[in-house]
Amino acid sequence: MKEIVIISGKGGTGKTSITASFAVLGGEDVVVADCDVDAADMHLLLDPDFSDPEPFFSGELAVIDQDLCIACNKCFEVCRYDAVKIEDGRYSIDEISCEGCGYCARVCPDEAITNVEQNVGNWYRSEIRTGSKMVHARLRIGADNSGKLVAKVKNEARKTATEMEKEIVLVDGSPGIGCPVVSSLSGASFVVLVTESTISGLHDLKRVYELVKKFDIKAGCIINKADLNEDVLRELHSFLDRENIAKLAEIPYDEAFTAAITKGKTIVEWDSSIKERLENCWATIKQLTGVN
Amino acid sequence: MKVAIASGKGGTGKTTLATNLASYMAETRPVVLADLDVEEPNSGLFVQGDLFHRETKYKMIPEWNSKTCSHSGNCQAVCNFNAILSLADSVMVFPELCHGCYACSELCPTNSLPMKPKPMGELKHFQAGDLDFIESRLMIGEEQAVPLIKQTLDYIAEGFPLDIVKILDSPPGTSCPVIEATKDADLVILVTEPTPFGLHDLKLAVETVRQLDKEFTVVLNRFGIGDDGVIRYCENEGINLIACIPNSRAIAEIYATGRLIYPEVPDVKRAVKVIADFILNHPKGR
Amino acid sequence: MNIVFTTQGTDWDSPIDPRFGRTRYFFVLNEETGDVQTVDNSAIDKEAHGAGPKTSQKLVELGAEVLITGNGPGGNAAAVLKTTGVEVYVGAGEMTVKEALEAYQNGELKKFQGV
Repeated sequence: MKEIVIISGKGGTGKTSITASFAVLGGEDVVVADCDVDAADMHLLLDPDFSDPEPFFSGELAVIDQDLCIACNKCFEVCRYDAVKIEDGRYSIDEISCEGCGYCARVCPDEAITNVEQNVGNWYRSEIRTGSKMVHARLRIGADNSGKLVAKVKNEARKTATEMEKEIVLVDGSPGIGCPVVSSLSGASFVVLVTESTISGLHDLKRVYELVKKFDIKAGCIINKADLNEDVLRELHSFLDRENIAKLAEIPYDEAFTAAITKGKTIVEWDSSIKERLENCWATIKQLTGVN
Repeated sequence: MKVAIASGKGGTGKTTLATNLASYMAETRPVVLADLDVEEPNSGLFVQGDLFHRETKYKMIPEWNSKTCSHSGNCQAVCNFNAILSLADSVMVFPELCHGCYACSELCPTNSLPMKPKPMGELKHFQAGDLDFIESRLMIGEEQAVPLIKQTLDYIAEGFPLDIVKILDSPPGTSCPVIEATKDADLVILVTEPTPFGLHDLKLAVETVRQLDKEFTVVLNRFGIGDDGVIRYCENEGINLIACIPNSRAIAEIYATGRLIYPEVPDVKRAVKVIADFILNHPKGR
Repeated sequence: MNIVFTTQGTDWDSPIDPRFGRTRYFFVLNEETGDVQTVDNSAIDKEAHGAGPKTSQKLVELGAEVLITGNGPGGNAAAVLKTTGVEVYVGAGEMTVKEALEAYQNGELKKFQGV
């Protein structure tokens, strides 16, 4: 079973649209893991049925029991996040500021503070319209994505793929360069980097690739909106050559992408020249990953 | 006055709007532009200036003193973030996981974990005419954006008077970093695009700013493609949609090179002017 | 010498778990006696952050001298493993435990440079 992870440092490069396209091309051979949980979008293209919801717990928030609190002020003294609010002598915890470090609970002489595990959202194992399954999550506002949630989503996707004897787990990775991205990358058989032929795209690609380099995983790159700027395109090519990153596809700037999404379709279900490029690209990825 | 430019979804045009808006306004008055997308700060690609000041930004993390340590293991026991490990004959600290709560340090029986500053990012302050541009960049390997965003906002609060307009280019999404960047703003401008992704993520962003009880308004970028879902949503919700920036390949090409758009595209200049006027007519902006 | 594998199951035909920090099990082989011990690591699922170092700590407690895994430990985990002198071999991500042991003994696995 192979794990193909798709990431891009920058938003708006088309990562999610392209991942969804590969899900369609892969059809029943592919189990999808949507690890881009902060404002997840894949469901808009793959129409999951949100079945098997399971609550997801992460992090803790302190809660003060008013019956036990003696207003000794110790919690206020140790809190580094200004999360202890005092109003008319009444002590309470500001949920937005509390980091869940547990320090206040440890020093409270009356054990009036408990750390409550937070239900930050749900994860699902849905049927999607390609006939296969997608594991995805929905986080509450203000909840942080984490390595844990990404790991959970990927793990469940792998389990599902093993149970159903599917060859490929396709992972829509997290943006940025933090913990969730590292978690998205761990265990990957191949990494697809999606970028765009703009200065911002090049800049963010280099930044995220520094992270990818730390793991020894084969990588390939898709350059979207490739014809926006020749100079940047050339620089992108130099970078890819220098770093030995496979060139998977170049896709011209085409509003067909948006037209397709607006109708809830991926670009490979739309009449355009991009369809063929992505079909070839998918075939290349499978070949480089060693899928039959 | 602090104006945060945010969006649920990445790639909708926050940075494009923030940089163009700030540069336009700086033609006639002092303006501060801050790039708070510290994981991938991009504004500096579009706004140039002379480097006025730079400083390394630190967070406090515990440093192990092997000589006085009694190997009690208390540090690991009190850390909720797995940031400190008590091994057989050493204590290891993982700086990126540390949230700086000081528990291990202050509860150590032998005082063997004094808190010391560790670099986690860099703040740069550029000047271009009446525009002060502040960019903060998180070091690769650092995972927590919030402390750097907070310190950047502190730098701005200390360095500039209250009445100067400050445009804050926020990170995308709806999690902690965005909350930190927008929670003290006087006005939040949400940028989105007229597609199902844009609408879906706008709703999440709206929920976020409503929870923070922030005044907000919407700017619709790439107007002309997609559908009218966002417009209908704003109408139904009574949300003020103050400007639409048209979609065009020409704009995308200008953006691709790192140039500002409003000097070259009249439609964009018009939209930016409307937004600037909205800000300047705001009670806090006067 | 103790050789430890990251695995998805508890017997010789179980697939190797290509991850380190969040591996499901450890399969511990005492090379001299042939004794096998399996350790369940699934409690690591509860940890939002810092799985790598925590799992490394477990590995240290198991007295591992050789670790055989898929992609290798992430940065933090590697830092912990470095202090212990354990030798890490990668590339076994698609093998079973049995196949991975053979590959290691035939010198076919890659030595991980980060420790």
